Amino acid sequence: MKESLLKLAFKKCREEKRPALITYTVAGDNTKKKSLDIINAISKTVDICELGFPHNTPIADGGQIQTSTYRALKNGLKIEDVFYIAKKFKLANKHKPLILMGYYNIIFQMGENKFLKKCEQVKVDGLIVVDLPYPENQIFANKCKKKNINFIQLVSPTTSKERLKKIIRASHDMIYYISMLSTTGGKLKVSPKRILQNFKNIKNQNKSKNVVIGFGITESTISKLKSADGLVVGSSLCSEITRSINNRQDPITNVIRLVNKLKNKIL
Amino acid sequence: MKIKNKVPLIDQHDKFGLWGGKFGGNYIPETLKKPVMDLEILFSKLRKNKEFIKDRDKHFKQWVGAPTRFIKLENLTNHLNGGQIWAKVVSDANGGAHKIYNATVHCLIAKKAGKKFIVGDTGAGYAGKMLSMAAKKFGLKAKIFMGAKDIKRQKPNCDAMKKNGAEIVPVYSGSQTLIDAVSECMRYWVSNCDTTHMCVGSTVGPNIFVKICGWSTSQISRELKPQILKEFGKIPNKVKLYNCVGGGSSSFGFWNEFIDYKKSQVEFIGVEAGGPLKSKKHAAPLTNNSKLGVLHGAMQYVVQNKEGQIEETESISAGLDYSGVSPLHCFLRDSKRARYTSASDEAALKAYKLVTKYENLNPSLEPCHAFAVACAEAPKLKKNNILIINSCGDAIKDKKILKEKLGKY
Repeated sequence: MKESLLKLAFKKCREEKRPALITYTVAGDNTKKKSLDIINAISKTVDICELGFPHNTPIADGGQIQTSTYRALKNGLKIEDVFYIAKKFKLANKHKPLILMGYYNIIFQMGENKFLKKCEQVKVDGLIVVDLPYPENQIFANKCKKKNINFIQLVSPTTSKERLKKIIRASHDMIYYISMLSTTGGKLKVSPKRILQNFKNIKNQNKSKNVVIGFGITESTISKLKSADGLVVGSSLCSEITRSINNRQDPITNVIRLVNKLKNKIL
Repeated sequence: MKIKNKVPLIDQHDKFGLWGGKFGGNYIPETLKKPVMDLEILFSKLRKNKEFIKDRDKHFKQWVGAPTRFIKLENLTNHLNGGQIWAKVVSDANGGAHKIYNATVHCLIAKKAGKKFIVGDTGAGYAGKMLSMAAKKFGLKAKIFMGAKDIKRQKPNCDAMKKNGAEIVPVYSGSQTLIDAVSECMRYWVSNCDTTHMCVGSTVGPNIFVKICGWSTSQISRELKPQILKEFGKIPNKVKLYNCVGGGSSSFGFWNEFIDYKKSQVEFIGVEAGGPLKSKKHAAPLTNNSKLGVLHGAMQYVVQNKEGQIEETESISAGLDYSGVSPLHCFLRDSKRARYTSASDEAALKAYKLVTKYENLNPSLEPCHAFAVACAEAPKLKKNNILIINSCGDAIKDKKILKEKLGKY
């Protein structure tokens, strides 16, 4: 695997002595164009963009992301549109890593190979598949590797020691640590100290892996976790979009403002 | 795809938990991996533990009321003038349906796991009602997830749940039926798996839940086999076992002990919900050849669009109103051991009228789907054919719908 954009992004952040800021928004929320405009607008501030491909039975997502997901689907978003958004984004932001995130059934219906070919064509940098855990994901993860796409393994507080070792060994450049037992958007119910301790345990096994923390990261918690390699904010952005729509404001302006605030807290 | 003889069907999966190499498995978030594995280990120990089995059997006998009756429906048989019609009256069980077996076993497991809280999903409300009963009996605090639409149409069961001290959590997302209730219940478990046990209400969900439920409802056929032997002196040459299939827990349990018999001797007929005649929607993925996909942690045939979005189903019977179907039934269909068909809402209602006219039996709308097909096939069969229908639920919960549709209950 050649030096990935993801790896480079983490390297750059390390040099600047800060964690990478990673955002998650749902493709097609609230329209195809708007969701593209949003990630384009925040790409200057954000280090890595995650784009969700919506599924209507999301078993690991809380209310905020569900709302965004249903909104996108209601507006008729198709998987082809997700690739269209990804393509346009990568054309405008060649060096900005883009991760697609979603559930396995969408990939399965398209066919793993066809899906990955599409990812390769539009230059997607990484994939997170919420419901395809290790070791079930081994074959698919290897296919990703062959196409220079990072398959991002997830680790949680319930992951056992032996399992952790195996997952780290199977991982590519980035590992996603789920901060607590929760769906996305839950309130942080574990102390940042404890989360960082778990983070260090993972990190110490292989320092070359970039370990990011997600779930429960908001404006008020982000600064306490800034010693991680990266921090993922998703539900906050989704609720900001919901709030903007409800208040008839422009989601782009509001999301930019939120992302700037988040960035300032980790500098 | 082949079924092995002399190995319980629930154990015929590979190391990834897949039956027939492709159905079931564990398509779950990482957070659930450990609780699922813990449950696998615990269950594999418990099912070999004599004390545990004794305990289960004691509760099944004294509390659930095993065995439920196996009766001949003489009047219906005479009226249809073909094969003999029999019923396994599983609705005799405490609470009025087969869901009590799975609920009881899950509560026993939860106690062994040291959990104080139990959560479950429900469609028709029977799974929820039984879980609330069992939780109350075994001293566990229960939370039941139920679609808002189902809460409205299955009020009697909701009242029972509340009376048993369970909390009903209404689910407003998606179609507001069983599918969303299962999703929400799984989400709750993701967040609380350290303190809480989850009971999946049917033979669906991640591999271990399919196994536990199938193992529990198999009580039905464990009772039925000796009952048949007692009645006929042997397993007759032409037995047909009719059962409705939603998630597929009652049908699997009804068939399990007979899987090793030849299809020509003991035939399995699974009846899915065809939905209203006028509607294109249905809840019959096996009958209508729905595509393979992932739903609630398992690979199965599921009603979905070509993009992989799960589609809404429609059925008069809340208990069958589910987009997916047990991986065990996918396996039974593709190995050609069982035959699947569907009955419409109208056919189920007609069957209800027919059965209640001739017999002192009050099957809920779910088993009425099975009665519909059995009653249609019986006249074409000879008298030596033994048609057995699993009357797996009582219609009291459907009072409102039946009154509305038939003008009386």
